[in-house]
Amino acid sequence: MATNVYMEALSPTMEEGRIVKWHKHEGDPVKTGETLAEVETDKAVMELVARADGVLGQVAAQEGQTVPVGSVVAVIAAAGEAAGASPRPPATIPAPASVPTPASAPGVAPAVTASGAPRPAARAGAAQAISVPEARAAADATRVKVSPLARRIALETGLDLKLVPGSGPGGRVVKRDLERVAPVPAAAARPATAAASPGPLPLTPAPSAPLSVQPAGASYEDVPLTQIRKTIARRLATSLGPIPHFFLTTEVDMERSAEARDALNRELGDQGRVSFNDIIIKATALALVRHRACNAWFQDDHIRYWNEVHIGMAVAIEDGLITPVIRNADRRSLAEISRAAHELADRARSRRLQPDEYTGSTFSISNLGMFEIDEFTAVINPPEAGILAVGAVALRPAVHDGQLVARRRLRATMSCDHRVIDGATGAAFLRTLKQMLENPLAMLL
Amino acid sequence: MANQFDVVILGGGPAGYVGAIRSAQLGMSTALIEKEKLGGVCVNIGCIPTKALLHSAYVARLLREAKEFGVEAGSVKTDYGVAMQRSRRVSDQNSKGVEFLMKKNKITVVKGSGTLAPGRKVKVGTDVLEARKAVFVATGSRVKGLPQIGLEINKTTVISSDEALFLEQAPPSLAIIGCGAVGTEFADIFHAFGTKITLIEVLPRVLPLEDAEASEAVTKSFTKRGIEVIVGAKVTRATPGKGKVTLELEAGGGSRKIEVAAVLMAAGRALNTEGIGLQECGIQLTDRGFIRVDANLLTTAPGYFAIGDVAGAPMLAHKGFREGMHAAEFVAGQKPFPIKYDNVPSVTYCHPEVASIGATEEQCKQRRLDYVVGRFPFSANGRARGTGETEGFVKLLRDKKYGEILGAHIVGAQASELIHELVVARENELTVEEVELAIHAHPTLSEAVGEAALDSLGRVVHL
Repeated sequence: MATNVYMEALSPTMEEGRIVKWHKHEGDPVKTGETLAEVETDKAVMELVARADGVLGQVAAQEGQTVPVGSVVAVIAAAGEAAGASPRPPATIPAPASVPTPASAPGVAPAVTASGAPRPAARAGAAQAISVPEARAAADATRVKVSPLARRIALETGLDLKLVPGSGPGGRVVKRDLERVAPVPAAAARPATAAASPGPLPLTPAPSAPLSVQPAGASYEDVPLTQIRKTIARRLATSLGPIPHFFLTTEVDMERSAEARDALNRELGDQGRVSFNDIIIKATALALVRHRACNAWFQDDHIRYWNEVHIGMAVAIEDGLITPVIRNADRRSLAEISRAAHELADRARSRRLQPDEYTGSTFSISNLGMFEIDEFTAVINPPEAGILAVGAVALRPAVHDGQLVARRRLRATMSCDHRVIDGATGAAFLRTLKQMLENPLAMLL
Repeated sequence: MANQFDVVILGGGPAGYVGAIRSAQLGMSTALIEKEKLGGVCVNIGCIPTKALLHSAYVARLLREAKEFGVEAGSVKTDYGVAMQRSRRVSDQNSKGVEFLMKKNKITVVKGSGTLAPGRKVKVGTDVLEARKAVFVATGSRVKGLPQIGLEINKTTVISSDEALFLEQAPPSLAIIGCGAVGTEFADIFHAFGTKITLIEVLPRVLPLEDAEASEAVTKSFTKRGIEVIVGAKVTRATPGKGKVTLELEAGGGSRKIEVAAVLMAAGRALNTEGIGLQECGIQLTDRGFIRVDANLLTTAPGYFAIGDVAGAPMLAHKGFREGMHAAEFVAGQKPFPIKYDNVPSVTYCHPEVASIGATEEQCKQRRLDYVVGRFPFSANGRARGTGETEGFVKLLRDKKYGEILGAHIVGAQASELIHELVVARENELTVEEVELAIHAHPTLSEAVGEAALDSLGRVVHL
């Protein structure tokens, strides 16, 4: 019996995946658990493994191609079975629990083309999707399910349909989805564009992200969103829009933290190096223990106050950012935090983080000090209620013991979700944090 | 315990019985409580028998005109009693059909009047039915009279549709108060059976919820046929006597008195929300007397849902069907798509039929929408000419910029069937361009829909 190989949901938020590389090719024997392909998800590059023994065949997704979760990307034919055996309907295969109803019939995936041309094969998939109406089939990178009206509105208003989560049958983008993203303006008083037939959207294949201004050619370049950029867009749009943010800034004297850092590093010798960032993580975690009101998730109908402190640490990576989590940061030593932060950041940059390494944080810190940013505001990472934006530690004039002197100072700005944290609550937390950083010995209390 | 079910539904009308079927399909044990016949008003004293009678009226009219088609039918005699008996058989068949569906889906049908009790319970006589997941309130609505002006339903001279559907013979004259769907349909029926009809409406036009052009077309057709239509009329006093009723009206700045053999009350319906234990369970009503529900039809009391007429306007069987399905799916843990209450078709089956979806032109104006009208009359449609049914039109209202179908209004033969092309179009957000691009077979009445779409784009062909 042939086994379908599905694009699996390799991360909790994954809706589609890009085949980076096939490790096995048509005709290769494969064993259960062996890596078939590397898949770029919205968060990282993950491995797609074989769920059966046999011979790989009917590879339906090419390297570089993006396919929705639940699509059949290949078939594993059982030993003795003709390699070209037609893939059985998905019903015969116990699909992984996280995989929604296969939205595409075998043979659909390869038809995903950059031209966005209509595909008759999609009909079979549509018929299957109907049996489970609540299944929201994910859109792939090059094709968007959209109603004619929504497509027309998007064309006229310049909205990018790929950024709009569809709420219609099978994840179809409908008018109300566009209204959620941006109010659809009332029709302007102008003659009807009767000839403007709503054809397929012009789409371009994905070039690599532009790193610098291209000197020649077109005045602009359209770059399709990478998986991670799409997730960032969606996640952040659910933050600054609906969350009532407010911001609290404080300036912290870092002289004694600097002394502590230097002393600790002398102690550690070649066993590691503690940075300001590590001290800030530790101090934040300890301050959160004392101010549980800031260590919370907003959950629509309730607020979850955490008794554990898991600090999300924003890490810039090549085409986006990700927040790996330092778990129980309040209970870990500075040396441990330093090691964990280092290792997580490295793996984030090489995109090898496991899903449990970047989910579940209770509070986040974003540090742009290395870019010599004095101060900034960060966007809350929902459902968390707060995020700390940390600027550079820099020599600044300060009044110390009645004298104007140059001191190493740092500005930290906390973004608060006002639904959870009130002004005084956030300010009290920030004062504790400031005290800890200005007198690191307080962390021992 | 035998009296425990996942879902207990109070009321076996369209919302209730469909809610029961969907619940059963989703694997929930279901009980349906009905004090009368399954199918409710719709099947027994509403939608279904009136459609049977309207067809009798149609046959009578067709035979009277048969000579024009080259068919001699002699002198046409009508007998309302026979038509009524036939309509009863149709109703009974449908009610039995619902009974069969209950059996097929292993739904426990409990005969009797139910009263809601706290803890997701419904009392029927001495029995108590307990719902593990949810109770659906689907008690529907009933006809109402206007006792304050002397028009209390007395079932002889002042009647409602409940009595009209069981008359052995058509009255010699009938005043119908209320020109909504019920009033116009009975006017159509009884007129074909020889009754002198006076239609009385307090609002300025018949079918006041429809587009003004539709009202105008129906008024024109009725008046031409000899049905008297008095709009903007207020009944100031009614005096029922022996075998007659005297009505005093104020209309058009003057007052007049008419005498009729009977009055048919067709002005509004009363909700069946009294004495069923709503208050005891903490189920609140809206200002208009409907049960207050959220988007998933949950009432103000957890575990109690309301579906059908009691859950709000429009009070239509097909809206109830959808609500029954929605509530069942929601209770089963699914995420049903939201019900689009602005996309519930409205159909009146008088001749010519009137069917509509979405906004009227007046509503487009009120909402300050930038719209374009597309029209196509059936008098220019080959198929309509062939059957001699050239009354009416298709009227489309489209958004000027995006082509969204804001509203569609059809008056004419088969309007009730033709509207669904536009219901599907609106549900799927097709614009007038997709409707026009779809090839319509020739010759059909449906071509008028395509032509109206073309007309809204300034490209009408057959006009």
